[in-house]
Amino acid sequence: MSQTPRIAVVDYGAGNLVSIEQALRKVGASVTFAVDGEGLIRAQAVVVPGVGASAPAMDRLDQQGLSDPLRAWLTRDRPFLGICLGLQLLFERSEEDGAETLGALSGTTSRLQDAPTLPHIGWNQVVRRRDHPVFDGIADGADFYFVHSYAGVPRGHDVGVTLAETTHGGTFTSAVARDALVGVQFHPERSGADGLRLLANFVDLVRAA
Amino acid sequence: MLRRRVIPCLDVADGRVVKGTRFVDLVDEGDPPELAERYAAEGADELVFLDITAAPERRGTLLDIVERTARRAFIPLTVGGGVRTVADMRDVLRAGADKVSLNTAAVADPTLISRCAARFGRQAVVVAIDALRQPARDAAAPATWEVVVKGGRERTGLDVLAWVDRTVDLGAGELLVTAIDRDGTGQGFDTELLRAITSRVHVAVIASGGAAGPDDFVRAVVDGGADAVLAASIFHRRIHAIADVKAAMTAAGLPVRLVPEAVA
Repeated sequence: MSQTPRIAVVDYGAGNLVSIEQALRKVGASVTFAVDGEGLIRAQAVVVPGVGASAPAMDRLDQQGLSDPLRAWLTRDRPFLGICLGLQLLFERSEEDGAETLGALSGTTSRLQDAPTLPHIGWNQVVRRRDHPVFDGIADGADFYFVHSYAGVPRGHDVGVTLAETTHGGTFTSAVARDALVGVQFHPERSGADGLRLLANFVDLVRAA
Repeated sequence: MLRRRVIPCLDVADGRVVKGTRFVDLVDEGDPPELAERYAAEGADELVFLDITAAPERRGTLLDIVERTARRAFIPLTVGGGVRTVADMRDVLRAGADKVSLNTAAVADPTLISRCAARFGRQAVVVAIDALRQPARDAAAPATWEVVVKGGRERTGLDVLAWVDRTVDLGAGELLVTAIDRDGTGQGFDTELLRAITSRVHVAVIASGGAAGPDDFVRAVVDGGADAVLAASIFHRRIHAIADVKAAMTAAGLPVRLVPEAVA
């Protein structure tokens, strides 16, 4: 057990890494950036952040030699946090561009249904469907910051992974957990005090793993 | 339900927050990261930085400010001013911005919108539109607005509503609409302009230009249909607190995020 868990944040060119790095440091983790498979070797947990579309993201993960190490990491059920696109990539494929994604979770990434505005940008309520330590100390229905047009839809044997849901027109899965894997469609690194609390809870889970 | 956002705007020149009546009589109003952190603590839902000098040789200063802000304020940050290429946008995002606002460069080359959206996703592409209300030809004619650029100094001949449609087709994820003739005047947002835009697009619209008091923000949402409201000087000068604006919005039945922030 380490007091300062080593977390590898996957850097595959998908936007802002500064806020997730700073937020994880603020809650007591040490952060390295993984630009290839070797970057995961010494890590105790992996965080995949990112916004945007699945196909270019998978292309870059492939080019950087990260897709297979990430699949292996997920298969071994080691601590993992996927944020926004990093959650969507856990599913089998994306309906946005047909991309085959990592396939750690059964289901597909689909466009938000009946949304009054797209992309869904702003603060919205995250309503819990079951308890999980990653939400410890956070009020049910607390506001988190979203920036996306698509969301993962768990199916089959993973239909129960949903931790929380959010409504924007239709209702979608906004947080999932299965064993050591956690995924959130919102941006905890951009969600003020509650976002930092969630990240601190994840770091606690890594410490305990 | 999606909250209506209250967004302080920080006009940045040479590394400091400034505010004049649009680009003249600039008054120094503080250090950007410091103000950003204060706003985050006071309940701002998001921050917008507009680099109003944006000369190429000063890019480094802006990127440094963006990074220092991203390390202090754990709320979303949009950066505009001087983003002319996909590479410029990449640099700003890598420095810690979540979204980039395109304005003059998008008017000059609209494909910049689609190229940025293809690379980073449309959710990261805000198109800022500065609208100048045109004199009515007769009282019965519907109002029209012309797109102006370079901080309102240059007319383009583009009709605002036509440009709105074009930018959304090209991949704008959000529109930041400034009534340039209201900006800094305290006359209230141009709700007629806002309604004309929000009634024709399905992307979020941020209202800007003319806020004097909390009721103006309510009107922008209720009458204008705005998803978010933005202001600068009334927050910088502490004429109104973000909490005052949110209290007025709550009283009007609008959904806002009231959780007091405690980002130490």
